Amino acid sequence: MATADWNPLGDVYYRKCELYAMEWCGLVDLAKHSVATSTYGGPIALMKDESKLSRVVTNVKPVVSVYNAAGRLQSQMRWNSGNVITMGWSSTEELLCIQEDGVVLVYDMFLTFKRTFSMGQEAKDVKIIDAKVFSSFQGTGIAVITTSLRIFVVSNVDSPRIVRLAEVPGLNEPPSCWSIVVTDRQARALVALGSNLFLVDQGGQYQQMVLVRLDSLHAGPITEMAVSFNSKFLALCTQQGALWIGSSDLQVTSLSRNRQCLCFVIQYYIYLCLKALYNMDCSVYLVQEEDGLRIIGNDTHEFLQKVPAVTEQIFKIGSMEPGAMLFEASKEFQKRNQKADEYVRMIKDRLDTAVNQCIQAAGHEIEPAKQRMLLRAASFGKCFLTDYRPEPFVNMCQMLRVLNQVRHHSVGMPLTYTQLEHLSMPVLIDRLVVRKLFGLAVRICQYLKVPDAEGRSRILAHWACFKVQQKNEDEDKLARAISQKLMDVPGVSFSEIASQALEYGRKQLAVKLLDYEARASEQVPLLLKMGQDQTALTKAIDSGDTDLVYTVLLHLRDKKQNSGDFFMMIRTMPIACALYIQYSRQQNLKLVEDLYYQEDNSLEEGNCKILRSYTMEHIEERAKVLEEATNCFHRCKNDFAVKQTEEQVRLMRIQRRLEDDSGRSYADLSLQDTLHQLIVEGNTTWVDKLRKDFKVPEKRFWILKINALAYGEDWMELERFSRSKKPPVGIDAFVHGCMKYNNRMEAMKYLSRVTPDQKVRCLVKVGLFKEAAEAAVELKNEDDFGYVLSRLGSADRQVAEQVRAMRGQLSSRR
Amino acid sequence: MDLQELSKLLKTQLAHLLVSIPDAKDVVLDPDLMKPLDRVAGITFLKEHGVSKIFKLEPNQKSLPGCGKRVYIVRPRLVTMKYIADHINTEIAKGERRSYKIVMVPRKLHVCEMILESEGVMGHITIDEFPLELFPLDSDLLSLELPEFFTSFYLDNDTTWLHTVASSLVNLQRLFGRAPNIYAIGKGAKMVHELMETMFETHKDRKDKTFHIGQIFLVDRDIDYISLLCSPMTYEALLDESFGINCGMIDFDGEVTGDGKGTKMLLTSQDEIYTQIRDCHFSQMFSYMRDTAKKLQELENKKNNLQSVGDMRKFVGNDLRVLKQQQKLLSTHISASEAILKMKGKTDFEDFIKTEHNLLEGIENKENMTYIEDCIQKQFSPILTLRLMCLASLTQEGLSQREYKALKTQFLHSHGFEHLVTMFRLKKLGLLTEQESSQSSMRPAAVKVPAVSAKKSNFRALNRKLGLIPNAEEINLQHPNSLSYVFSGAYTPVPCKLVEQILTRDTLIGLEDVGRMCGGLYADVKIKSQVSSMPGPSNPAMKVILVFFLGGCTFSEITALRLVAKLHGYKIIVATTAITTSSRFIESLVEKVNR
Repeated sequence: MATADWNPLGDVYYRKCELYAMEWCGLVDLAKHSVATSTYGGPIALMKDESKLSRVVTNVKPVVSVYNAAGRLQSQMRWNSGNVITMGWSSTEELLCIQEDGVVLVYDMFLTFKRTFSMGQEAKDVKIIDAKVFSSFQGTGIAVITTSLRIFVVSNVDSPRIVRLAEVPGLNEPPSCWSIVVTDRQARALVALGSNLFLVDQGGQYQQMVLVRLDSLHAGPITEMAVSFNSKFLALCTQQGALWIGSSDLQVTSLSRNRQCLCFVIQYYIYLCLKALYNMDCSVYLVQEEDGLRIIGNDTHEFLQKVPAVTEQIFKIGSMEPGAMLFEASKEFQKRNQKADEYVRMIKDRLDTAVNQCIQAAGHEIEPAKQRMLLRAASFGKCFLTDYRPEPFVNMCQMLRVLNQVRHHSVGMPLTYTQLEHLSMPVLIDRLVVRKLFGLAVRICQYLKVPDAEGRSRILAHWACFKVQQKNEDEDKLARAISQKLMDVPGVSFSEIASQALEYGRKQLAVKLLDYEARASEQVPLLLKMGQDQTALTKAIDSGDTDLVYTVLLHLRDKKQNSGDFFMMIRTMPIACALYIQYSRQQNLKLVEDLYYQEDNSLEEGNCKILRSYTMEHIEERAKVLEEATNCFHRCKNDFAVKQTEEQVRLMRIQRRLEDDSGRSYADLSLQDTLHQLIVEGNTTWVDKLRKDFKVPEKRFWILKINALAYGEDWMELERFSRSKKPPVGIDAFVHGCMKYNNRMEAMKYLSRVTPDQKVRCLVKVGLFKEAAEAAVELKNEDDFGYVLSRLGSADRQVAEQVRAMRGQLSSRR
Repeated sequence: MDLQELSKLLKTQLAHLLVSIPDAKDVVLDPDLMKPLDRVAGITFLKEHGVSKIFKLEPNQKSLPGCGKRVYIVRPRLVTMKYIADHINTEIAKGERRSYKIVMVPRKLHVCEMILESEGVMGHITIDEFPLELFPLDSDLLSLELPEFFTSFYLDNDTTWLHTVASSLVNLQRLFGRAPNIYAIGKGAKMVHELMETMFETHKDRKDKTFHIGQIFLVDRDIDYISLLCSPMTYEALLDESFGINCGMIDFDGEVTGDGKGTKMLLTSQDEIYTQIRDCHFSQMFSYMRDTAKKLQELENKKNNLQSVGDMRKFVGNDLRVLKQQQKLLSTHISASEAILKMKGKTDFEDFIKTEHNLLEGIENKENMTYIEDCIQKQFSPILTLRLMCLASLTQEGLSQREYKALKTQFLHSHGFEHLVTMFRLKKLGLLTEQESSQSSMRPAAVKVPAVSAKKSNFRALNRKLGLIPNAEEINLQHPNSLSYVFSGAYTPVPCKLVEQILTRDTLIGLEDVGRMCGGLYADVKIKSQVSSMPGPSNPAMKVILVFFLGGCTFSEITALRLVAKLHGYKIIVATTAITTSSRFIESLVEKVNR
């Protein structure tokens, strides 16, 4: 009978089913232990409780053991720290052990120590008397009450921030009971003081709560209290045995006929009174779940829940719901009875509801046999529907397969369908990974077709991280095993695994694993961290990403005290060298010189010195640096550069002297410009001296002087100069010189002396196009004539026409 | 395939970046990024995304006014980081409170973060990156706008930007599919190719997309400096040389437009007239423009014989607007061409060109040298003089020692001693060298730093192999059939010639010698494009070619590639680290001392 294990309570049914026969049966007596169990089918932690056990005080440290929900031992250790007040599990399945001195030690499920934090100085100084682990809006929180009767709360164990709650007025002995209520994203404490109840919050406020109806009963002081799973309901028990149940804001009392509330009533009826509704002995431990209650005993692990509505609809005796009919029909069909047809006809128009009900009900069953029956019914019903979407059915089948797998006693996660929906599949996979059930997790992912990036790759990466912690395995073998599994898996970061290996002190393994990392940007920083400088540098250079090379270079530079060592290291790598020089060039020119000196590259060293000389203020300083540069050029036997640099030094000294003499600045002028300025100033002595000194070629000097004189508008001198001796540049240079400074009059003066081959060009230059054209005709030079024509652009139209007319003349004369 | 996809993508990324900072904010821009950002997004786009003020980052600012949120959009340079740190420290000292964000373009560098850390401002800033890599300047032109690539890679051996080039190509191929055939010409090109391979390996794509670009050519700049140094002869290249085209935009001053105001113009294929004339040889320009003017005139005449009201409405509605616009464009282009002519007239252009062509042909050496000497003595612009000097050295595979010393001495005397450093640089790049003889006593510069030893020019051999200088008679400037028309037939740009050769031969066999001279020729070919034994239509994407110039290219080269595309029926997209001209190229190598 499907309803055999149902118990009615009012008009609601409760059912209890056995999840596991405990593997610890006969080995463990719960009565002698303090117990902590994680929700959502999490593990069970046991600690031998001396107070429950012996009359004699011993100094033997207790043993902490962790079991899975099926009572299979996962890990065990001897407690070697302080006195534990309370144990609890966080939402990420970490074991929290809260000690007398307020120190919280966090372990993972395999009792590997993870971290520790304290509940504050006061807790440490005065010790705590009680602690509660609660689920907060941010994760898992801890509340402690100290001997000084103050309450401290941490809302999230992952980032502990201690908050002190307001003090309860008149509290001078430990409260008879207290609890944490999470509402409005804030944790508040409910503290019972005799028959009074106080709500204290983080803002320093307290509030005395008035309990409707309880006051009128004169029930005496409150002795027990409990908050429901979703923090919405509260139960209180008084010394007189009165039980008050209501909403956690104490506004609504239980007598409302809220179904969920009633479910809760039952749970807490059991929880508070431990009365024998199911005739249990006293050594059971109860765990609240979202949709029921787990009862852990010495022999069995059972699940008590309100029968879900849809299950009730199908299995309740005499139910006429479509689901119930379909279930019957399916059974008859299997018996090959024609009644099946009758039943189906009865619910013909509600068949889809019936199928849905069967699918839903299957989800709520723990036993595969029952699941199968219901699913078969659903499948049978589906046959009569033409346009039924198959997704719900398929999804349910998949979920049930997964659930049945994780419920298996070797895994020991007694999740219900409702819980899984709340927990979500990714979290379940994470939890499997935490349990090191990598194979199962991968298979589930593949079965559910989870994308590799979130599924398989991620799990395998976790597997590898776990693998590198196994110290007894040979490194070569490990590296090979890991790479074999992970090579073809996309999106696995070998660097992450390597950094994990490094964290566990396995440097060699890390190096080996890093070799498989394809992304240099991940690889290089880790290599540096491991001190594999040379490899890091090589890899960085190979990657072609100069930013990485810089990262390595600057790291090395800071690390190596002796800059010589550093230079030695990079000098074998031209790219690294070039990059470092580039970097230094922008930071410090002197450093670049040193680098080139180290490299024995005197030419570049000299160049740097020249550049640096320009950054200096005083001429003498500059000269000194330039002299150093000369030495460099000497060393690389670059005579040309030597000579030029020496000349420059000489020029600079002369410029200095000139400046002292005349008060005018010649600094930074080239030889040409210096001469130019001197000619303009009429300083002939120095002009001649410089000219001789620097062997300025005749031709250049003439052009220079013409231009300088024209610039200075010293036309007289220019004229005199033109007649001083036979000019090596041709008289046309004078014409050009004058025209450069727009003196047409002066330019005309020289026209008569221009040699015939330059005549046309000079005439054009001064703008006498007609004359130029005539000259060209005279000379019978077509090229020159063409030149005149091409420059006609800006001449006035009349002249232009005359010139064009002459073209005929030119050809006719020939 | 539409290159504008890239623009759209960049715009979305920029919008995300700006929206990530709520409320109004000021933006401080790196001067180098102003034009590119203007082309990609535009001022209005920035304003629409909550930017209130836009500042230009300048070296001497100590602090800036503005609101409480500021975004710096800058290139990741050490100096820039210092400027920013200065701003922040000054403003904090003054008690101004602001939130700062530094957006590095195209990616953030660890070194920069270290500088910011050592300046003590890390606590006040957040750092982000904006992957502004290749962006379209035209329907067939992509640019990184990284002019410093040339000096940093070829001169200083800094491979930083190679990474950017590779990643830009990888991202491009993520968008348009992975090109099956890749040719790399030169050392840097090969490194980029290898980097690309690694990048594809580390970020495996799920599935191969269909590709829209069939072949990619990666070309190193150092295989051909001569084409950089030749005077441009086609319209677009001349515009760039005379006025400077910045990110496809050109500024004409008042003198050109004639109204004294000046104008800005966007030069892209959207401008119909420009598309027609951009690749014209300058000597053909005016006849083209005359024809266009005639056509416009005809169009205008249409208005005289409009028959019905419907015609009239049609004319006023469409034709008239187009007509007016085209007239305006045409007149601008005409005045621009005139301005170019005028500028050329002012200098000694004919002699200059003559010398240039003589140098290329290797004739009248003595006159050429005299002309160069004249240039120095007459104090011509040092840039032009250096251009000729380099050209002389490259074509003669080094100057004779006497000439080399004499020219250098004269140059230093005339333009300043600091050019000794310039000369070293030119020598290091192999642009200005002396023929080797007894001077080989100069110790071979340390073997471990190979780049110091100057590269030798191999112009003559390359010319022999590839026929870079055609016979003058064969050149048709009006309907060009040889790539050399871009330099009036005096020279063919090697990269363009090589692309043409490889495309037409579809094999590298026979090009081994050329490859050796160019520092290596590598091919990674997955699909043979012209297998004659395979009938049927081949994938049209194979006809789409991307040519990437490492270290910049000139408009002359782009024009030459357009001709290759036209002659052989390909679609060629040119990508480059920057568009350069001979002057800009030489200028980047000239030492400038702050006086």
